[in-house]
Amino acid sequence: MIQFIDFLKERGREVRYIIYGTMAAIVIWSMTVDTSHAHTWVEKYIPGFWAIFGLASCTVLIFFARWFGSAGIEREEDYYDE
Amino acid sequence: MTNSFFHPSLLLICGGLLLPFIKEPFRKPYLLLVPILTFVDVVYLGFNQGIYGEVAFLDWQLTFGRIDGLSNVFAFIMALMAILATLYSLQVEDFWQQMAAWFYVAGSIGAIYAGDYLSLFLFWEIMAFASTFLVWCNRDEKEATAAGFRYLLVHTFGGLLLLSGFVLRYQATGSIAFELLDYETHTAYNWLIMSGLMLNAAVVPLHSWLPDAYSKATIGGAVFMCAFTTKTAVYTLARACAGFDILIVLGVAMAIYGIVYAIIENDIRRLLGWEIISQVGYMVAGVGIGTALAINGAAAHAFAHILYKGLLFMGAGAVIQMTGKSRFTELGGLYKKMPVTMLFIIIGGVSVSAFPFFSGFVSKSIIIAASYEEHLLWAGFLLTMVSAGTFLVAGLRLPWLIFFCEPNSAEVVERAADPPWNMQAAMIVAGLLCFLLGALYPLLYSMLPYQDALYHPYSAYHLSETLQILAFTALGFIFFRNRLVARPIINLDLDWFYRRGGQAFQWLAKYPIQWLDTIWGKAYRVVGLLSLMTTARFSAWFDWHGIDGFLDGSARGVRSLGRLVARVLQRGQIQHTLAYTVTFVALVLIAFIWM
Repeated sequence: MIQFIDFLKERGREVRYIIYGTMAAIVIWSMTVDTSHAHTWVEKYIPGFWAIFGLASCTVLIFFARWFGSAGIEREEDYYDE
Repeated sequence: MTNSFFHPSLLLICGGLLLPFIKEPFRKPYLLLVPILTFVDVVYLGFNQGIYGEVAFLDWQLTFGRIDGLSNVFAFIMALMAILATLYSLQVEDFWQQMAAWFYVAGSIGAIYAGDYLSLFLFWEIMAFASTFLVWCNRDEKEATAAGFRYLLVHTFGGLLLLSGFVLRYQATGSIAFELLDYETHTAYNWLIMSGLMLNAAVVPLHSWLPDAYSKATIGGAVFMCAFTTKTAVYTLARACAGFDILIVLGVAMAIYGIVYAIIENDIRRLLGWEIISQVGYMVAGVGIGTALAINGAAAHAFAHILYKGLLFMGAGAVIQMTGKSRFTELGGLYKKMPVTMLFIIIGGVSVSAFPFFSGFVSKSIIIAASYEEHLLWAGFLLTMVSAGTFLVAGLRLPWLIFFCEPNSAEVVERAADPPWNMQAAMIVAGLLCFLLGALYPLLYSMLPYQDALYHPYSAYHLSETLQILAFTALGFIFFRNRLVARPIINLDLDWFYRRGGQAFQWLAKYPIQWLDTIWGKAYRVVGLLSLMTTARFSAWFDWHGIDGFLDGSARGVRSLGRLVARVLQRGQIQHTLAYTVTFVALVLIAFIWM
């Protein structure tokens, strides 16, 4: 297993292409799936809606968390020690 | 029927009391035997559901064994987790830890089986006190004592909320039965009971105790703690507060709040603690929705959550035990040295992120589906957003920072290795169960309380939705991972108020009040003491030689007995005093149930 991870680490570019390929395959497959049971119209009429939603929500969370952290709650690690 | 009932908590309490007297080579088998027997008892009761252990106590009817669909599924997973967590901490020599852990589990199962507020409160407090010892037993962490006191104080406060709530309710309705509260009446006691239960579920804003205490507990203690307190509270909320609209808002809020803090956290177990808050948010929201499907979802998610979060805490504990470090800024690059731990942290991570064929996939989606079904679109979309964040934190950030990013310290990597066999065995079993639940989901669904409202997770649409979210969250991680690196900071939270508030009080006590006390003491010594001492000396002499001599020296006898008691029981360590008190309460409890 360790060797396998080293193998993957050495080929970062190929691994990345495989990941992008999988993503594309997932989105293309999602367009063929029956959406008649979807909850809202956005899911029915925007192709790959959940892909956009996933990317958007993780971006929003990362940036919000970093903004929230730097907005005044960060302290040095020995803050409570004195 | 009543005579076939033996309370599982009693097994654990008696087993814990006997534990100090069991020596090797019987100790390890005994340690496994007691939770296994408890589990067998719980399974047996699950097949023979009903009301057991009804005891008349003063004017009240106490019910120690209400076993129905809802309590059974929670008790089952608690008893199962007790076996796994005990296996994980098998090599711990300090029997106080295992004893405290078993008392803690006993409190949890007892609270789940309780049918009235009085016995619920009793087990609730056992749970709070016993788990505090799991923090105090951590001798490697110098802050553990203070963190334990904070934990205990917060939980005592929560217990008081619950107590005042059900006492007021008893006064108003004349009943102590632990049943669904009436949401429409908007009485103070409903809110008090709900707040007391919410504190244990770590609902925002009553949540700060959780990352604080769990990150300071012993390695095995944290594995116990991550399972029992919050999920027992979810059960009690599902019992008493199902359908309370406000819980939907609070649940979604804590799901978001927890994940935001987890993204910027630097300590492994604090990160996992924040994620517990986030995941329990789903369950609390499910309880708030309150339909049969949503309650099923809350129960299923609690079940799955206990296993994968236990697994993650086991992996985190293994890393901390083998490297001695708990901050991401001191770890990194461990995959070569701890491959087994890495594999199981990743399995825990993909389970919590709801990968298909892992447990989160079949449980989390029930709650989201229930919120769509009730046309709570905002809740459904926000919870889906948080599940992207969950994958980001537990599936990607956590393993990346521990195992794959550039090592922060070559010396730590040198020291690291996979943990002892029993810790690995516990991780293997927990990991397998995470996979089994996801792949063979009818196993889990057949235990849920409402069998007529089941969900079908493996539809093509749900699969495509989940895969898209996971894949594009991974893409987001590849883009922005430089913003997710660990930094050596802590993030303030609402515990600031009582930690800094406590320091302000200490200052007040130390300076102005102490000064007044000193002045007063001086004045007293000069003016009052001299005359008082003279009279006292005379009367003591008279008492000792005159009266006690007359009464056959009984005062001397009492005094020497008192000294003995003080030497044994009052060693000036509040931990010991509390341990004796809790043991005493447990003994009284046993006496009551057997009477």
